[in-house]
Amino acid sequence: MHTPFAVETIELSKHVISSDSRLNILTDLRLAVPAGERLAIVGSSGSGKSTLLSLLAGLDTPSSGKVLINGENICTLDEDGRAAIRGKHMGFVFQSFQLLPALTALENVMLPLQLAGRKDAQVLALAALAKVGLEQRISHYPKQLSGGEQQRVAIARAFAPKPAILFADEPTGNLDAVTGHNIIELLFALNAEAGTTLILVTHDMALAQRCQRILSLQNGQLVETIINSEAQAQ
Amino acid sequence: MMALSLAWRQLRSQWAAGEVRVLMIALVLAVMATTSVGFFTDRIQSSLQSQGNLLLGADLVVSTDHSLNTKYRDEANRLQLKNIQTLEFPSMVVHDEQSQLAEIKAVEQGFPLRGDLTISQQAHGAGSTASGVPAPGHVWIEPRLANLLSLKVGDSLEVGESKFEVSAILQREPSRGGDMFSIAPRLMMNVADVEATRLIQFGSRVKYQLLVAADRASIADFSLWVKPQLIRGERLEDTSSARPEMKSALEKAQQFLGLSSMVGVILAMVAMFLASLPYVQKSLDTYALMRCFGASKQLIVRILLWQTLLLALIGSLVGCVLGFFAQQGLAELAGKLFLETLPEPSLMPAVGGLLAGFATMLAVVWPHLLRLRDVPALRILRRDLGDSESADWFSFVPAVLVLAELVFWHAGSLKLAGAALLALLGLIVVTGLISWYAGRLLNRLPGGSIGAWKLGLAGLKRRPLMATAQVVGISLGLMALILLALVRGDLLQNWQSSLPADAPNRFVINIQPTQIQGIKAFFTQSGIANAEVFPMVRGRLVAVNHQPLNTKQYTDERSQRLAEREFNLSWAVDMQADNQLVAGRWWQGDESGKPMLSLEQGLADNLKLKLGDTLTYDIAGSKLDLPITSIRKVEWDTMRANFFAVTPPGVLDTFAASYITSFHLPVGQEDTLNQLIRRFPNLTVIDVAALMEQVRGIMGKMTYAIEYVFGFSVLAGLAVLYAALVATREERVREATLLRVLGASRLQVTLAILAEFFCIGLIAAVLAGLAANAMAYYVSVHLLSIPYQFNFKASLLALLLSVLLVPVAAWLGVRGFLNQPPRALLQSI
Repeated sequence: MHTPFAVETIELSKHVISSDSRLNILTDLRLAVPAGERLAIVGSSGSGKSTLLSLLAGLDTPSSGKVLINGENICTLDEDGRAAIRGKHMGFVFQSFQLLPALTALENVMLPLQLAGRKDAQVLALAALAKVGLEQRISHYPKQLSGGEQQRVAIARAFAPKPAILFADEPTGNLDAVTGHNIIELLFALNAEAGTTLILVTHDMALAQRCQRILSLQNGQLVETIINSEAQAQ
Repeated sequence: MMALSLAWRQLRSQWAAGEVRVLMIALVLAVMATTSVGFFTDRIQSSLQSQGNLLLGADLVVSTDHSLNTKYRDEANRLQLKNIQTLEFPSMVVHDEQSQLAEIKAVEQGFPLRGDLTISQQAHGAGSTASGVPAPGHVWIEPRLANLLSLKVGDSLEVGESKFEVSAILQREPSRGGDMFSIAPRLMMNVADVEATRLIQFGSRVKYQLLVAADRASIADFSLWVKPQLIRGERLEDTSSARPEMKSALEKAQQFLGLSSMVGVILAMVAMFLASLPYVQKSLDTYALMRCFGASKQLIVRILLWQTLLLALIGSLVGCVLGFFAQQGLAELAGKLFLETLPEPSLMPAVGGLLAGFATMLAVVWPHLLRLRDVPALRILRRDLGDSESADWFSFVPAVLVLAELVFWHAGSLKLAGAALLALLGLIVVTGLISWYAGRLLNRLPGGSIGAWKLGLAGLKRRPLMATAQVVGISLGLMALILLALVRGDLLQNWQSSLPADAPNRFVINIQPTQIQGIKAFFTQSGIANAEVFPMVRGRLVAVNHQPLNTKQYTDERSQRLAEREFNLSWAVDMQADNQLVAGRWWQGDESGKPMLSLEQGLADNLKLKLGDTLTYDIAGSKLDLPITSIRKVEWDTMRANFFAVTPPGVLDTFAASYITSFHLPVGQEDTLNQLIRRFPNLTVIDVAALMEQVRGIMGKMTYAIEYVFGFSVLAGLAVLYAALVATREERVREATLLRVLGASRLQVTLAILAEFFCIGLIAAVLAGLAANAMAYYVSVHLLSIPYQFNFKASLLALLLSVLLVPVAAWLGVRGFLNQPPRALLQSI
């Protein structure tokens, strides 16, 4: 029996039309990510990495082609349908943390759990914060936390609902080298423990090397796929 | 329940973070202004009603020209209303072979039911409150009657077949507010003595009155029961039948109060709108993230609706409580100002406040919050998505409707509400146009030569909608302040000075043509100035456009009475200074003798008469046709002699005329009156000093109340100013940060902010000055009928304050961010 890929794209294209020209951001992209794989998407600025991530996560819609999540084409769904898929299957870690400043660390982690209707949101959130070492900072607001701590909260929030797929967009982009390293260690450790499919967007090749497969994007097209045997062995 | 829980959690957090505070403060202020003004006007109006009732001596009076049907008194007793009966009739009073026509009033114990009688032992000087009514066998007489018959306390006089002892001089009687020109001096006796005088015979002209007093609801019930029972010759009198002078003053006072509260409500709504802008802006990321985490649009709508309702509930409740305490404080103070303590407020203002709070939140804030439903999840990666790039004009429709409803509710007049809404709309349109033209002008400025100025002005161009909103907000805030200054300084003063201290307080009627020169000479000798003499001819309106006048066609009682009564027609070369022509034209010098008629506006409205109608008067048995050639507005509260109907000279000359004059008699010179009466015994002098005192009292009290109510407008104005300043603070901080990163010095960034807000402050102050003066002009000319002068000083002061304080306040708002290193700022944005 054919097991669907966690994430799959079929001839995925995205272009924008301005007043006098058409700009192709992604062109006929084919991609298949098996469940549990750690995939890095690399490329220079403007290569289309963030656009690809937003399409894979259903944050945006393609101009043509399909995005399948566990075999379901999310491009035919409306906004609410895609939001439901995200809530059910996906977690996110962003470069700019994206914590809600009005909520405490605990409330930030609880938010996706509450949106999913989990009655045990607080218990799960407390456990997730303990895993990232922030059990003493649960009632702090984002502005009271350092950059590294804020990203830990974001990681706890991403893993707390136990998503099947985790999207990470330049997770160390706003952090210094040491803090960034610690965050990556934490992210990969939790990912390994949960067996989550990880799709990591980065321009940092050293970070990409931690993944099993590296896709290189250039001018909206997939130009290279590197299989990282060392990471696969891990 | 998840939506409610999330809504509450977010609201609590947003309160802690400060985003929702300005909105909440604005809402509390809006509800507080609405409820406190509601509570206050409710009590003031009750009090004014009571004051009006003092003129009647009761809350309601049933008057009949025949013996009072016992059913009225029975019903009043059944409803347990306080009631007493009085009789009034004219009769000759004799003392030492001298006789004088007097207006006899026979009263029962307990008269008056509202107000007090003031009596003294001397004809002149201050009196004291009477503890009852004249005992049987005793009478109280007015000073005028004492003068005419040389009577003093202890003397005896004859009325009909009875002899009475004068036991007091009646200085003031609250119910003495009837028809000024039919009153002879008063003699008050006990109703038990009437029969013995044998004056009440078949055909006697007697006015029977049943005076009733009770709470408002019972009076309303009684009034409702009485109205269908009334037959010809019977009528109900309440405060609406009060003298036109008093009515005019009360109406103006109420319009003033309505205007004050209306300005407060408009401002509070504008503050709420402005405060909702940064609230929505800051919530965009929250809801984008929630969409990212799987929240459906429906869930977001439910969360937003709960937030709106929670905010409305908390803000409205807090506003209602604060509104109640705010007016309670005033009531403490007003209790010393009004004759009686203010009546307790009803619950209606609180209900109104809650409704206004919910309606305002749902109409002003909810349509803008609803934008958050459509914020794309992609905003978490692209922050420019979801920002409002253009105004959705339809989202303002509910706010405009609720604003119109609230404005009408407070103004109590379609005309005033319409004028205020048009003024607001005009202000927004003019501000929008000026902002737009400022943007175009900006494009023509030479590049690079003006540095910080251009940088600052570019801010106006980048945010045309927000700049317009800020200018409108600041304009409205300033307008409230200028208007307060104008109202305090000019309008109220002008209103009060329309009844100056030397306004006429005595009228003299029955002057015969042969006496005019003698009386004028007497006034000159006595140092009485400006005593103009006007002719009066009595006539009854019998036909309109040659059709006999059918008084039954008038549905309301006042119109019927006006149609049935005799008028005093007069003639004049020039229109009186306190009259204002509203239709037609006044006659020229060469139109003497032409049949022309100038009618008072209120009378024309009541009798449904218009320009061009021909009125037929019956004057001493002769018919006279007069076409209406002009309609005048008469300011009755100036207390000068005025006439419903005036013709050119030469029209009424052939009819027998008597003359009337009015003059100011200073306190302590009452002896002058005695001399006048002795010299011209046929004259009747009418003392309106007490009535004037009451009108002045109302003016004084209402001036105070209006200033207090305007205080709320000022608070709301300050909230608008604050909300307008914080509306773009976030964006401004982000821009300032980028400028700093790009190498701009702190001074350059500061100058840019100061320049932008200098322009906003300048435009706002100019517009506010014009709008406030336009509004003050409207109030002055159309409500108070007093000339208006542009107040350059207050407007200039507001302009100076605005161009100085607005930029400084804006700079203070972002100053903290300018002192931080750009790196820290970049992280914070």
